[in-house]
Amino acid sequence: MEVSLSINGEVRSFDVEPRTLLVHLLRDHAKLTGTHVACETSICGACTVLLDGQAVKSCTVLAVQADGCEVTTIEGFAEDGKLHPIQEQFWEKHGLQCGFCTPGMILTAYQLLERNPDPSEAEIRRGIDGNICRCTGYQHIVDAIQAAAVELGKK
Amino acid sequence: MAKAPAAPKFIGSPIKRREDPKLLRGLARYVDDIDLPGTLHMAIVRSSFGRAGIRSVDINALTDLPGVVAVYTAADLEGVGPVPVSGLVPDARVPVQPVLANKEVRFAGEPVAAVICETRYGAADAAALVDVDFEPKEAVVDLEKALAPGAPKVHEDYDDNVAFNWELVGGDVEKGLAEADVIVKQKIVNGRVVPLALETRGVLASYDPGEEKLTLWSSTQVPHKLRTHIADQIGMAENRVRVITPEVGGGFGSKLNIYREEALAAYISRDLGRPVKWIESRSENFLATIHGRGQMGEVEMGLMKDGTLIALRYTVLADCGAYYQYLTVAIFTLTGLMIPGPYKLPNVEMKVTGVFTNKIATDAYRGAGRPEATYVLERIMDIAAAEIGMDPAEIRRKNFPAKSEFPFATAAGLSYDSGDYAGALDKALENAGYADMRREQVEARKEGRYLGIGLSTYVEVCGMGPSAALGGQGWESARVRVEPGGKVTVFSGASPHGQGQKTSFAQLVADGLGVDINNIEVIHGDTDTVPFGVGTFGSRGTVVGGSAVVIACDKVKEKMARYAAMKLEADASDIEFAGGKVYVRSAPEKSADFAEIAGLAYSAMELPPGTDPGLEETHFFEPPNFTFPFGAHVVLAEVDPATGDVKILRYVAVDDVGNQINPLLVAGQIHGGIAQGAGQALEEEILYDTGGQLINGSLMHYSLPKAGLFPRFELDHTTTPTDVNPLGAKGVGEAGTIGSTPAVVNAVVDALSPFGVRHLDMPVRPERIWRAAAAKGEQG
Ligand code: FES
Ligand code: FES
Repeated sequence: MEVSLSINGEVRSFDVEPRTLLVHLLRDHAKLTGTHVACETSICGACTVLLDGQAVKSCTVLAVQADGCEVTTIEGFAEDGKLHPIQEQFWEKHGLQCGFCTPGMILTAYQLLERNPDPSEAEIRRGIDGNICRCTGYQHIVDAIQAAAVELGKK
Repeated sequence: MAKAPAAPKFIGSPIKRREDPKLLRGLARYVDDIDLPGTLHMAIVRSSFGRAGIRSVDINALTDLPGVVAVYTAADLEGVGPVPVSGLVPDARVPVQPVLANKEVRFAGEPVAAVICETRYGAADAAALVDVDFEPKEAVVDLEKALAPGAPKVHEDYDDNVAFNWELVGGDVEKGLAEADVIVKQKIVNGRVVPLALETRGVLASYDPGEEKLTLWSSTQVPHKLRTHIADQIGMAENRVRVITPEVGGGFGSKLNIYREEALAAYISRDLGRPVKWIESRSENFLATIHGRGQMGEVEMGLMKDGTLIALRYTVLADCGAYYQYLTVAIFTLTGLMIPGPYKLPNVEMKVTGVFTNKIATDAYRGAGRPEATYVLERIMDIAAAEIGMDPAEIRRKNFPAKSEFPFATAAGLSYDSGDYAGALDKALENAGYADMRREQVEARKEGRYLGIGLSTYVEVCGMGPSAALGGQGWESARVRVEPGGKVTVFSGASPHGQGQKTSFAQLVADGLGVDINNIEVIHGDTDTVPFGVGTFGSRGTVVGGSAVVIACDKVKEKMARYAAMKLEADASDIEFAGGKVYVRSAPEKSADFAEIAGLAYSAMELPPGTDPGLEETHFFEPPNFTFPFGAHVVLAEVDPATGDVKILRYVAVDDVGNQINPLLVAGQIHGGIAQGAGQALEEEILYDTGGQLINGSLMHYSLPKAGLFPRFELDHTTTPTDVNPLGAKGVGEAGTIGSTPAVVNAVVDALSPFGVRHLDMPVRPERIWRAAAAKGEQG
C-alpha cells in the first residue's frame, strides 16, 4: 500500500506491505541506513527517529502509521551540512565508540533537551533510559548532552 | 642551528576521533547498510529444543511461496567443512560442529536449515514454514548433573560429558595449605552472560563467477582469520576470498569467532551466483552467538595470621556448551594463568574440567578468562581478610610484589613486565577517601543504613601476545606508505571495531614522521588491501598493532632520509623530520617537503646508493612478552536489605595501562569496561531451564545496564610503562571489566556483613540480597 511522508524535509511516497515497520521503510525503501536496529523488543532505542518532532522507536511504528507525518532521521539532523550542537558535543566528549547506538542516542538527547533545556546529570541518565549503549558506559554520553545543553543555551 | 628533536605533539593528547563525523551523521556503513543489486536474504531455521533428534525436515510448504529461491539442509552441504576451532589443550575431545545440524541438535538455536528468499520479510516467513520434526531428548544443562553417572550425553559417541581436563600447577599447594594458619574456602559461580555487541552479527557474501572470487563483508574482529577458515571450509583458495569488515558495531570478543552463518552465506552465494545477506536478530544473538564466563568452582586459600598468602587452589567446572567456538577451551586456561593475580602467591593450582552442555558455546567475552580469575581471587581475598580480621586494603598491600621486584615471575609461569601495584592502590584509596568512607559506613549503620565498600586490585595479561605462547599468530602487521603527493597512508592488519585506532594510529605516525595528523589516512579491515593481519582482541590493537605501525613508520623514515640526504646533499643521519618537511639538522635552511622527496622516490630517476624505489614499508611486530596492565578499584554502595536494592554511590578507579596514546579513548575504554563488569555483578545472567531453553533471551528479559545504574566514574591513573613494545603501552580494552565485577560484589557483600553474609553469587539481584538478609537477620 501507498505511504507518503516527509523525510528530512522531502515528501516521498513508497509502496509497502501493510506490515512494514517504519524503520524498514527508512532503511530498505528510503535507503537511509543511519537509523539502526538492535533488538526486536522496543528496548534498545537504536532505531529512534523524530516523528512529528517526537522521539519514537521506529521499530515499533508501522510505516502506515507515519503516513502524512514528518520524520527526521539522523541523516537530516545536521543542518546545511553543519553538525548540530548535540552531534558536535558527542564528538568533543567522545560520546561514541562503535557508533551503533549513536544516531538513536542523539535524537533522544534532542528530545530530552527540548523538554528540559537544563537537565541535571540524574535527569539526563533517566532521560536516556530507553537507549542502550554497550560501549561507552554512558559517562561520555552524559557529558556530551550536558555540554550540548550549555551550547544550545547560548543560542 | 640544530633543532632539538620534536616533543610528541599528538601522542598522549586527548584528540577527538577522526572516525566520528560519519558515525554522527548516520553515514557510516555497517554490514546491513551495504546494498548490492540482486541480493538474496537468508533466514535460518533453528532448533527449538536443547537436545533433540531430527526425524525429518519438510519444506513442502515452501514450494509455491513467492520469492523463495532455495532451501538448504545438511544434506545439501556435503563437503562444507565444520566450524573451525583453535586454542585446544592436549587430549581435549573436539566434537565436529557442522554448519547445519544433521541428525541431532545440541542446543536451542542450533541451525538446521537455511532459507533463501528475494526479500527479508519473505525469508522470515518462509523459515517459519519449514517443518522440522524434532524428537526431544533429555537435555544436559546443569554442570554437576552433567557429570553424574548415567547423565544423558551431549555427544553420544563420547563416554561422558567431559570435554577436557586441564591443570596448572605452580609450587606445592598441598604443602602450602598444610603450613597455613588459616584456610578459607568458597564455592563461586560465575554464570553465563552475553557479550551483546549492539550491532548483531551479520554477513553479506557475494561471489563473482567471472572473477571466480568471493567477497565477504562481515561484522568480525578477525578478517584474515575469517578469510583463511572460510576459504578452507568451502574449498576455495585463500587468495580468491576477500573479507571486508565495514563499520563494526562492537564485538567484545563475540566476533572473534568464525560462525556457521558466515560459511553458509559464502557457500550459498557461490552456489547461486548471487549476493546473500544474513543479519542476525537479537533473539538469534542470544541463542547462537557465544556467551561469556560460565565457570562454577571452589576456591581454597591458605594464609598466615598476619595476612601473608601461602597457597591457592581453584577447582572449576567449565561450561563449554555443545561445541567449541574458536577459543572456547583457551579462555579457561587464561583463568589459570592469571589465578595468582597481583599477589605473591608461591603455590597455586587450577584444575579445570570442561563440560559439554546443551547450550551455545562459551568463548571470549571482554576480559576472556581473566575477569573470572580476578573475581575468584578478589572474592576470596575479602573472605580471608574478614576471617583474620584484617582490612581488605591491608591484606592486598601486604602481598603485592614491590616495584623493584619486576619483572616478577609468578607461580603460574608468567613474567609480569612492570608494575607498581601498591602505588595504584594507594592512589585509589586516597581518591576514594577510604578512611572517611569507613567512618561514613560506621555512622550510617547507626542510622540503619547499610553501606558497603568494595575493593579490587587486579593485574591482567594483555597485548596478545608472543606467538609461541599463543599457539601461533600473536604478531600484528602494518604498512606505512608516503604517497607520491606527500600524504601518508597507514595499513593495519588489526581490525578495530569502535576502539578508535584510525585516530590513535594516526597520532603515532603524525609524531613519527612529523606531519600533520590530517595528512594521514588509516586503512584496516580489507584483506585485499592491508597486509596479512591477525585482528583486534585481547587488548592487542594498540599494543601490538600500534607497535607494528611505529616500526613500519621508522623504516619508511629511514628510507626517506636517504632520499632527503641525496636531494639536500647531506648525510642521512643528519636528516630530521618536522612540520611536514625534512631538514638538514646542521643546516636547517636546507629543507624539502614530503612531496618533493616522495617524487624522487617514485620517479626513481636517480637512486641513493643501495636504495630501492618507492616509499612504503611493512612490519610484522612480534611481541617478546605479554603486557600486564593493573589497577585498583573502590566502590561505595548502599544496600537496602528490606528491598534488596543496590545503589552504587561512588566508583573510583585507578588504572595503569602504561603509556597512553590518547587519554580520551583510554577513559572511554575504561568506562565501557566498568559498565560491563558492573552489569554482570548487578544484573546480567543468562538462564536456561532444565530442558535447555534459554528463558531470558531478549532485551525484555535480560537486564542490561542503563545509564541510571551508575554514578560518575571517578577515573585516575598511574603510569608504569612496559619495555615489551616501543610504545610502552600495555593495553586498555579489558581493564575496566576485570576490576569492576569483584569491586561491586565486594561492596555489596561488605554492606551485608552485619547479616553474616560472606558471599553472594552474581548477579547480586535484589531478590538474592533480600533472601540473604532475611534468612540471616542482623547479627548485631
Ligand atoms: S530496534 Fe531496539 S528499540 Fe527499536
Ligand atoms: S557506541 Fe557502541 S553501542 Fe554505543
